[in-house]
Amino acid sequence: MNDRASTTVVVCHDCDLVQRCDRLAIGQRAQCVRCGAMLHRGAGMGLQARCALVLAGLLVFCLANGFPLVSMSAQGSRTATTLFGAALALWRQDMQPVAVLVVGTAMLIPLLELLVLGYLMFPLLWDRVPLGFDRILRLLHYLQPWGMAEVFLMGVLVALVKLAHLADIVIGAGLWAFGALILLLALNASQFDSRELWACYRTLKTD
Amino acid sequence: MLPHTENRLAGATLHLLSCPVCGQTVRYTSAEALACPCCGTHLFARKHASLSRAWAWLIAAVLCYIPANVLPIMETRTLFGRQDDTILSGVVYLWGAGSWPLAVVVFVASILVPLLKILSLSFLLLSVHFHWRWAPLQRTRLYRLLETIGPWSMLDIYVVALLVALVQLRGLATIQAGPGALAFAAVVVLTMLAAHAFDPRLIWDSVKETVHD
Ligand SMILES: [Zn+2]
Ligand SMILES: [Zn+2]
Ligand SMILES: [Zn+2]
Repeated sequence: MNDRASTTVVVCHDCDLVQRCDRLAIGQRAQCVRCGAMLHRGAGMGLQARCALVLAGLLVFCLANGFPLVSMSAQGSRTATTLFGAALALWRQDMQPVAVLVVGTAMLIPLLELLVLGYLMFPLLWDRVPLGFDRILRLLHYLQPWGMAEVFLMGVLVALVKLAHLADIVIGAGLWAFGALILLLALNASQFDSRELWACYRTLKTD
Repeated sequence: MLPHTENRLAGATLHLLSCPVCGQTVRYTSAEALACPCCGTHLFARKHASLSRAWAWLIAAVLCYIPANVLPIMETRTLFGRQDDTILSGVVYLWGAGSWPLAVVVFVASILVPLLKILSLSFLLLSVHFHWRWAPLQRTRLYRLLETIGPWSMLDIYVVALLVALVQLRGLATIQAGPGALAFAAVVVLTMLAAHAFDPRLIWDSVKETVHD
């Protein structure tokens, strides 16, 4: 079980090339020599820093979804909306599939990603292996391509420009929090490598 | 420290496969489905029925692409009457309002990306189907690009959702989501499913055959 120390054989998931890969140093990435696909990523931050990132992400998530993103006033009437409010408006207009897609891709999947990351990494702080981590890690693998929070932020900007001619627009606290959330999600994703976590679990299990 | 290889062998030749979840490299005896001995993930030497599944999703996406662009995605009712907006008229509006950087972003995300996705996925599927051997690297990069830009076509759906929620000024102006939004959302999901169904290793399988000839 000391295969981490020596070189390992990796088969590229994009071009099927068999190659040898040495153990990665901190922050190093291994890319396929033929097609450039990312094969491995050494952890860039310590476990504690990564856990802190997840906590920060969850906190900012609450702010981004709890406060209005934008509010608009015209002729004395005021409206404001959050991400969930926008999806709810679609739901009420008999656009249920679209509403579910909006909530799912921009809100639920980013939230699940953060919760799953927390669930997988926090027990490691106390040298514990979380229950059912193989299933949870697999779930994360399938969820990741469907998170689209950054596209939603761009959507808010486009909507702002479209409305700027119609009414007075006030940017809410939620929008700033959403910007921070995108940054934190990207940071979390860049620090995450499922193979690296597995290696941690393997050493804990054999100890 | 970086990966290296002396004899460029394919995983299919050596019957080797790396688990995408835990990274364990597994030796398999048949191309049938097997479970990773380490984490239990179902592994396939190649994604199951990759080409036919990808074609099915892609054809469904093409069928939705037409109503998505023809039907209004948004209906605006004001004191002065009713205006139906398609995706293209939304881009024209942004351009006319002087925000041409955003007009370009919306044009690229909503019109160009779905169209290019459909065209380049068809191209990739055809190239694998006819065992084309040229430019496997470029085709693999094209596939990775498709996976990266895929979610960006959701942009217009989010814009509609926000406008629908905000512009509810009774008597002055209201915005309703139109049937085009439903078709457009379907195009986004279907093209993403088609891209996920495609297996880029199939591109390299034809190249490998050349070496053996
Ligand atoms: Zn490769
Ligand atoms: Zn490696
Ligand atoms: Zn595995």
